[in-house]
Amino acid sequence: MSIFTKDQSFAHARKMLSVSALALAMTSVSANAETLRWARVADALTLDPHSQNEGPTSTLLHHIYETLVGRATDGSLTPRLATDWRISEEDPSVWIFTLREGVTFHDGSEFNAEDVVFSLNRVRAESSGFKALHSAVESVSMVDDYTVHVKMTGPSPLYVQNLTNTFIMDQGWAEANDVVEPQNFAAGEENFAVRNTNGTGPYTLVSRDPEVRTVMAAFDGHWDETPAVTEIVYTPISEAATRVAALLSGEVDVVQDVPVQDIARLEQTDGVKITTGPENRNIFFAYDMVSDTLRSSDAADNPFKKPEIREAMALVLDRDAIQQVVMRGQSQPSAAPLPPFVNGWTEEMNAYGSPDVERAAQLVVEAGYPDGFSVDLNCPNDRYLNDEAICQAMVGMLGRANIRANLVSQTRSLHFPLIENWETDFYLLGWGVPTFDSAYIFNFLVHTREDAYGAYNGSRYSNPEVDAKIEALATMTDLEARDATIAEIWDQVMEDRVFLNVHNQMLAYAMRDDINLDVHPENQPKMTTVTFNN
Amino acid sequence: MNRLARMWDSDIAWSFRNSPVAIVAAIIALIIVLGAVFAPWIAPHDPFNSASLNLMDGFTPPGEPNQFTGNTYLMGTDNQGRDIFSTILYGARISLFVGFSAVVFALVLGIGLGLLAGWRGGWVDSLIMRIADVQLSFPSILIALLIFGVARGFIPPSMREEVAIWVLIVSIGLSDWVQYARVVRGAAMVEKSKEYVQAARVIGVHPARIVLRHILPNVMGPVLVIATIGLALAIIAEATLSFLGVGVPPTQPSLGTLIRIGQQYLFSGEWWILLFPAIALLLLALSVNLLGDWLRDALNPRLR
Repeated sequence: MSIFTKDQSFAHARKMLSVSALALAMTSVSANAETLRWARVADALTLDPHSQNEGPTSTLLHHIYETLVGRATDGSLTPRLATDWRISEEDPSVWIFTLREGVTFHDGSEFNAEDVVFSLNRVRAESSGFKALHSAVESVSMVDDYTVHVKMTGPSPLYVQNLTNTFIMDQGWAEANDVVEPQNFAAGEENFAVRNTNGTGPYTLVSRDPEVRTVMAAFDGHWDETPAVTEIVYTPISEAATRVAALLSGEVDVVQDVPVQDIARLEQTDGVKITTGPENRNIFFAYDMVSDTLRSSDAADNPFKKPEIREAMALVLDRDAIQQVVMRGQSQPSAAPLPPFVNGWTEEMNAYGSPDVERAAQLVVEAGYPDGFSVDLNCPNDRYLNDEAICQAMVGMLGRANIRANLVSQTRSLHFPLIENWETDFYLLGWGVPTFDSAYIFNFLVHTREDAYGAYNGSRYSNPEVDAKIEALATMTDLEARDATIAEIWDQVMEDRVFLNVHNQMLAYAMRDDINLDVHPENQPKMTTVTFNN
Repeated sequence: MNRLARMWDSDIAWSFRNSPVAIVAAIIALIIVLGAVFAPWIAPHDPFNSASLNLMDGFTPPGEPNQFTGNTYLMGTDNQGRDIFSTILYGARISLFVGFSAVVFALVLGIGLGLLAGWRGGWVDSLIMRIADVQLSFPSILIALLIFGVARGFIPPSMREEVAIWVLIVSIGLSDWVQYARVVRGAAMVEKSKEYVQAARVIGVHPARIVLRHILPNVMGPVLVIATIGLALAIIAEATLSFLGVGVPPTQPSLGTLIRIGQQYLFSGEWWILLFPAIALLLLALSVNLLGDWLRDALNPRLR
């Protein structure tokens, strides 16, 4: 079994070889070397591939590490380190992965099934940020050098969808550097893997200065085609205007997280172009619809418990105005609390009527609030596109139906715990769906909060019938019947108005006009996909 | 009548009549203060009433009709459809209120501690003045931010909007008391050794009465000068904190909040959201500062 156990000096010699090979490679391609300077709002929190399940962190790591399966810009799965994946015919609870042969890590050691088994065990550790995505895994075993079996606790037909951010590490490197367990980020721990990397990805880490810049160079020994971009310089710039100014002055080549108000101006600027596209993320309001009283309201009971009030709130929300003014067209207004990328979305769910403030005001009076009522609206101010402005607009709209919302907007690290700890009556949340399936939404937002379920169910919604259906989804193998169950759950959730959806977010990337980079639905652009027009 | 005539003939009034800068500054400051005080009657809209705003009015350029609603606004509207002119009037109200209150707070604290230090001397003086020295070694905006941050931690989120202005006043006031304390202490120590104070002590006047009735009026001159300049600084401190997003709530914008909102739209061409509030803040701070400068010169016997 231990054919790939490396002795230290051997590994060292190979590392030296690969370093000189890299040096050679860099001189040989320098004729058409292309450096891409890339800026976005935030830096990766860590380089440990299993510590933080967070957007900018995964986006950066995708360049250094690789996953078994990838996600194309149309949302479909693509082979990466796995060339094939299927459910075992003998046992429906076993997933079989066939691995790519001839792949090497950046230090020159070979990639095989041992590394996959090691990584799939590491990602399930207590300190891993991805463990919830692997909670149904019972055991991982190596069948031969290029075949891995993943045994689930029951049939899990969509497990492969959970693997698009699960990076594969080298077992020998991890053991030699004492990083067998993921970094415990919340405890402030540091380990060797936080600043050092050894992946199979298309780029190697050259240097990293956290929050300042990270430099990566194309990996000569990568199994895939050599990318057009041979060097990446990644710079986090948190201030939106500074980020745009950096592009306009030619300091950077590609800017992610472009503020919506600057899109028109950038489109008219010579030498700069914009690509836009929908993100797999919807933005919605939700409210405590179960408690008997609210914590922040002057009403004696809980108005959100009454269907009339929930209907009135839907009637005052002017989605088109938010789209035109707050988002400047950069959103897809929708009543469906899921983005169109997600399995379970239908055209009918998307439809919404025009606002009717008079009817809404009448409903508030009929529900027993002749003088209206007050309530706090909790809102993040640095997480979604124009999140605070959306909430401010909502405060104004609700005011016309005599619902006096008091806006409490704060940074994301203070906002999200309010939902997790049930300390908010009424809040804004955006939800991305990395698995592209409704079950992910149901598990986190709809199922009664218990055990692994309902972590973000801030509305306290609890319907035993719906819960049973959600639990059944996990092990249903007949995909048609499964889709029918998903539709039934959505019917009930929409009827109960658990969510007041605003829109699906759109993304915009700005870049030098000879660069081509498509918008990625999960906002995880890959610089390997960049092409140049010249 | 007699009294007014006496005031008209006084040195200060004479100096004022002969200083065109002071006259212009006073007129500008007066216009802004009156506009702020009477904002509810002057302003065409109520920007703090969210329910009266129409989002579709957002980003209307000054003097041009909005493309959706056809409404026209003198200075345009911001991203939420608030009339900039009305918001400047209401915003100046908040800026002035916070500025005045913070200065009064700092004055009471600074004069009190300064008199105590100057009169008692000894370890009381050392203690108060060492605290002042430590505080002086930090920029006052940093101290205000620190106090604001700590206070926010103690206040439940739902109360923050209501108490935000008071927290702001206390944090600016606390970051500002040192200069008053130092001036008052110095002056009090000089006055303490003068003969009229000695005489009062000999005939057995209560120390509190000596400090408040005899020493205090004699140290107020320089304090008034720094208080005037301090007012301009407090207004700017409030704008800075609001610009950093830690000041007044977003639904009740002050001048600093408006500038923060406006700077996001500089590249996209909506210049009016930034420019008009910035001019208002500039005029307000400049005119108060010039008045302070004039007052300093007018009260300085060596410059007469």
